[in-house]
Amino acid sequence: MSNVLEVEQLKKHFPIRRGFLRRLVGAVKAVDGVDLTIKRGETLSLVGESGCGKTTVSRCIVRALKPTSGVIRFRPSDGPHTDVARLDRRGLAATRQHMQMIFQDPFSSLNPRMMVGDIIAEPLLVNGVGTASSRRARVEELLDLVKLPKAYLNRFPHAFSGGQRQRIGIARALALNPTLVVADEPVSALDVSVQAQIVNLMLELQERLGLSYLFVAHDLSVVKHMSDRVAVMYVGRIVEEAPTDELFNTPRHPYTEALLSAVPKPDPRRRTERIILKGEVADPANAPSGCSFHPRCRYATEQCRVDVPVAQMIAPNHKVACHHAATLRLTGVAS
Amino acid sequence: MSATPLLSVRDLETCFIQDEGVVHAVDKASFDLWPGKTLGIVGESGCGKSVTTRSILQILERPGKLAGGEIWLNRDGQPPVDIAKLDPTGREMRNIRGKQIALIFQEPMTSLSVHYTVGNQISEAILVHDPKSGKKAARERTLALLRLVGIPQPERRIDEYPFQLSGGLRQRVMIAMALSCNPRILIADEPTTALDVTTQAQVLDLLRSLQRQHGLSLILITHDMGVIAEMADDVAVMYLGRIVERGPVEQIFHAPKHPYTRALLRSIPSVMAKPRSKLETIEGSIPHPYNRPKGCPFHPRCASMIKGRCDVETPALAAIDSATAVSCFLYQPSTVPALGTRP
Repeated sequence: MSNVLEVEQLKKHFPIRRGFLRRLVGAVKAVDGVDLTIKRGETLSLVGESGCGKTTVSRCIVRALKPTSGVIRFRPSDGPHTDVARLDRRGLAATRQHMQMIFQDPFSSLNPRMMVGDIIAEPLLVNGVGTASSRRARVEELLDLVKLPKAYLNRFPHAFSGGQRQRIGIARALALNPTLVVADEPVSALDVSVQAQIVNLMLELQERLGLSYLFVAHDLSVVKHMSDRVAVMYVGRIVEEAPTDELFNTPRHPYTEALLSAVPKPDPRRRTERIILKGEVADPANAPSGCSFHPRCRYATEQCRVDVPVAQMIAPNHKVACHHAATLRLTGVAS
Repeated sequence: MSATPLLSVRDLETCFIQDEGVVHAVDKASFDLWPGKTLGIVGESGCGKSVTTRSILQILERPGKLAGGEIWLNRDGQPPVDIAKLDPTGREMRNIRGKQIALIFQEPMTSLSVHYTVGNQISEAILVHDPKSGKKAARERTLALLRLVGIPQPERRIDEYPFQLSGGLRQRVMIAMALSCNPRILIADEPTTALDVTTQAQVLDLLRSLQRQHGLSLILITHDMGVIAEMADDVAVMYLGRIVERGPVEQIFHAPKHPYTRALLRSIPSVMAKPRSKLETIEGSIPHPYNRPKGCPFHPRCASMIKGRCDVETPALAAIDSATAVSCFLYQPSTVPALGTRP
């Protein structure tokens, strides 16, 4: 399978300026050397706590932010790839047709003054696709795709519930037949019973249209349902990446183990002792020396305080950045 | 378990009278809170779980109004009192708030004042309830509370402002404030919704250990079935203002009765699931409270709907054994044929 997206050594540093002369005093290293790939038709999930840089990665990929350094190779069709990180305005407009976003909050991501039909047709209009009547036909087709009645065309967003609005947002994202869809927390603002409908819809659409997803989320149970592979981020770096089942069953990084242990299991018979992580996520402007997880890690040794661990393949398709990955026996959710 | 519940709510009704019509935010809710136990109230948005707790404390915002029912609070060495009969602005009610029943809000950033240090805000609560204690003693007590809720370096944190603290620490400050007057009942309204999973685990752990040390009774409001499974002893499931099912946590998760509870449990994603597996869904969406369906509020989305019954009459919450109660016609004697068909 070919790769739709290859990200290499992506960095995004936000400068911190102080004083009258706005002198540069440091940088928030929101993303600090991230590598990832997404194959055609697969879902890669990016998980981590707030402030870990997962949203910044997704924003760099769609170029809502300009990366500080790194390469973002995007290959929408079988042709040559483009480096999204280096595109100029015009190149971006052409490339963005193939990558679209689904946003977290369905209440603020739809313009309240536009009718649903116009919202969904907007990407077509901006890119000068078709005539008024062909656009309308396309919008009807899209509404059908996300299972909303055609009659909703002429209504305004306020008339809809959170789940219906998220469907409208999905229809808009699919208007230009994108290759890659970047979904940043698409279900976290929804009620449980509605969340399930949207998760299913996204899975179905992926099968039908052969979409590739970059799924950014903090809810590990939704991630388990959605993804082929999962990458765990901590303070600007990917600490572990593996196929979904493998990551959940046999995590190899202590942070992944702690994250999995913290998820409340919906079964009162499974009230087990959890690993309670001490303290908080480190400040990306002032990351700890060595492995940035070491102050909270219960397996940390002197080496972790000094050396930054390099990501290495520990099993086929399983990458970990931990000095002790080879010796640690960690607990997943299946055991 | 002692023989009398600490708090007994019977047929609680709260409505919001608005120009567009009357919204029954809470409709005949009944439940008990037992000493030292945790009652979980679970439901999706608009189900009335937060309004229920606000009714108990009589801090409803206008146009909300307590329209009926009884809220019996049992106190040591005093006759039980019906909170619903008290004047919301009266002295007795003010004594109950904070001293007997304390509340932790969902969003620690919006419920703390940005203009005062956390130390000031906690001491204020202590001084309001016990004006004689003096500023110095109040500060001492505040330090002790911050230590109790596990805030590192409390001597430094006490003089900091909320914006200097992280979400987890702010929630700990809220808990410290709630504990400042030694309440016997602590109501936590979505205490961990705004937090990351690892911080959520820390806060839930703290609540559990405080409960063990101080014998607190806890009412935990949440939409997260996982949190309920980890924390609660008893559970009340709410849908559109009504309690649809009530029972011990083991029952709710392993022998759910009401079709809504069953569907809700099936639709939650789980870390134990197979990757890329579809979820079971509940058809449709939650109706707007203005047009609550006639009859059982869940009937338009219910797979076991009995035509001519569920869409006409509203089922009452009825006990089916000593601990469990369900409001569904499938479990009421007059629908004997339907009982046989249930799985």
